Amino acid sequence: MSIPLYDSGIASGLLSGILFGYVLENAGFASPRKLTAQFRFTDWSVFKVMFTAVIVASIGLYTAIGFGLMSADGIYIPTTFFWATLTGGALVGAGMAVGGYCPGTSTVGLASGRLDGLFFMVGMVLGTGLFAAVFEPIEGFYLAAQGPQGQTLPMLFGLPAWAVLLALIVLAATGFVVGSRFERARGGPLTAEQLNGRDMDRRGELVEEVEIVRVQTG
Amino acid sequence: MNPTIRPFWQPLTAGIALGLVLLLTFLLTGHGLGASGFFTRLTAWLGGEIARPATELNAYLGPYLKAATHPLASWISWEIVGVLIGGLIAAVTGGRFRLRVDGAPNLGSSGRIALAIGGGVLTGFGARLARGCTSGLGLSGSAPLAAAGFMFLIGFVVVGIAVGYLVRRAWT
Repeated sequence: MSIPLYDSGIASGLLSGILFGYVLENAGFASPRKLTAQFRFTDWSVFKVMFTAVIVASIGLYTAIGFGLMSADGIYIPTTFFWATLTGGALVGAGMAVGGYCPGTSTVGLASGRLDGLFFMVGMVLGTGLFAAVFEPIEGFYLAAQGPQGQTLPMLFGLPAWAVLLALIVLAATGFVVGSRFERARGGPLTAEQLNGRDMDRRGELVEEVEIVRVQTG
Repeated sequence: MNPTIRPFWQPLTAGIALGLVLLLTFLLTGHGLGASGFFTRLTAWLGGEIARPATELNAYLGPYLKAATHPLASWISWEIVGVLIGGLIAAVTGGRFRLRVDGAPNLGSSGRIALAIGGGVLTGFGARLARGCTSGLGLSGSAPLAAAGFMFLIGFVVVGIAVGYLVRRAWT
């Protein structure tokens, strides 16, 4: 048996997806208010979770490659197209700041009952259609300044993978410390109780008050 | 009666779990997790249902119609079905499932829906331009240390912070 298994079947897709959705929701990433709070530096969960995940997966992948369990060209590595990658990322960032989600988080948003997640998806379909409609005139921009095929940071900087990983770990640790200070200064990260509790569910609060009154008077 | 609301996982715990899921996906399939690829296939399929000749002629979406006639014919679509199932299980077992339009308390539902659609349009366009989204490029590109993943994240973070500042009143 060699890895990767290159299994692109239904079961493999469902398994990866179920685990992905389960973790995203438990991280609090179904909430557009939590996600956008990162851009205002009041909640650093997005930075912390994303950076940790990248480092954990990266250590796993490079360990497997280092021990010869897997070949370095056995996994998919995207190629940079300088302008398209940068401006595309910028538009996805703007889309999250305005709409509160990215494609994956809008899906867990909908799964947790958030109808705004569904409207975000409608917007994505419209945006994809718009891109397709103007694809021919902007194709030059889409293909401009192509980087080397599957270029990695170790290739770009001429450094061994462990050195790049070490730098990322230092960056992540700094972000954890700085982020936690920002969070403490602004009342801590948004909790599940705040995002799903009484302040969002006025009728629920009213019912509880009525019950308390009944207990006290009855 | 609302069930007890369970707290979110600690960011470090959630990050380690997400990293392991991503690693498992790489070992299973040879590529990482994604999301926007599903919406491209969905758009191509809807285009084929509504305006087939125009979609077939389209330089970007046409090849998707030739490759697969239905969005469920690809791995990423089943992955998205899985994300819905996994997200639902987590939300229900965590006591966090609520049918609602979620946004800042002082922004009305119609305002929130307009922002969601507008943000979705920017994201849909941007993900096609970048050839991926926060999952496919930001997370799954950065894990094998691809320069493209980090390039995407630089654009995402810088503009996200700038636009986040401009629209801060819509979220607080």
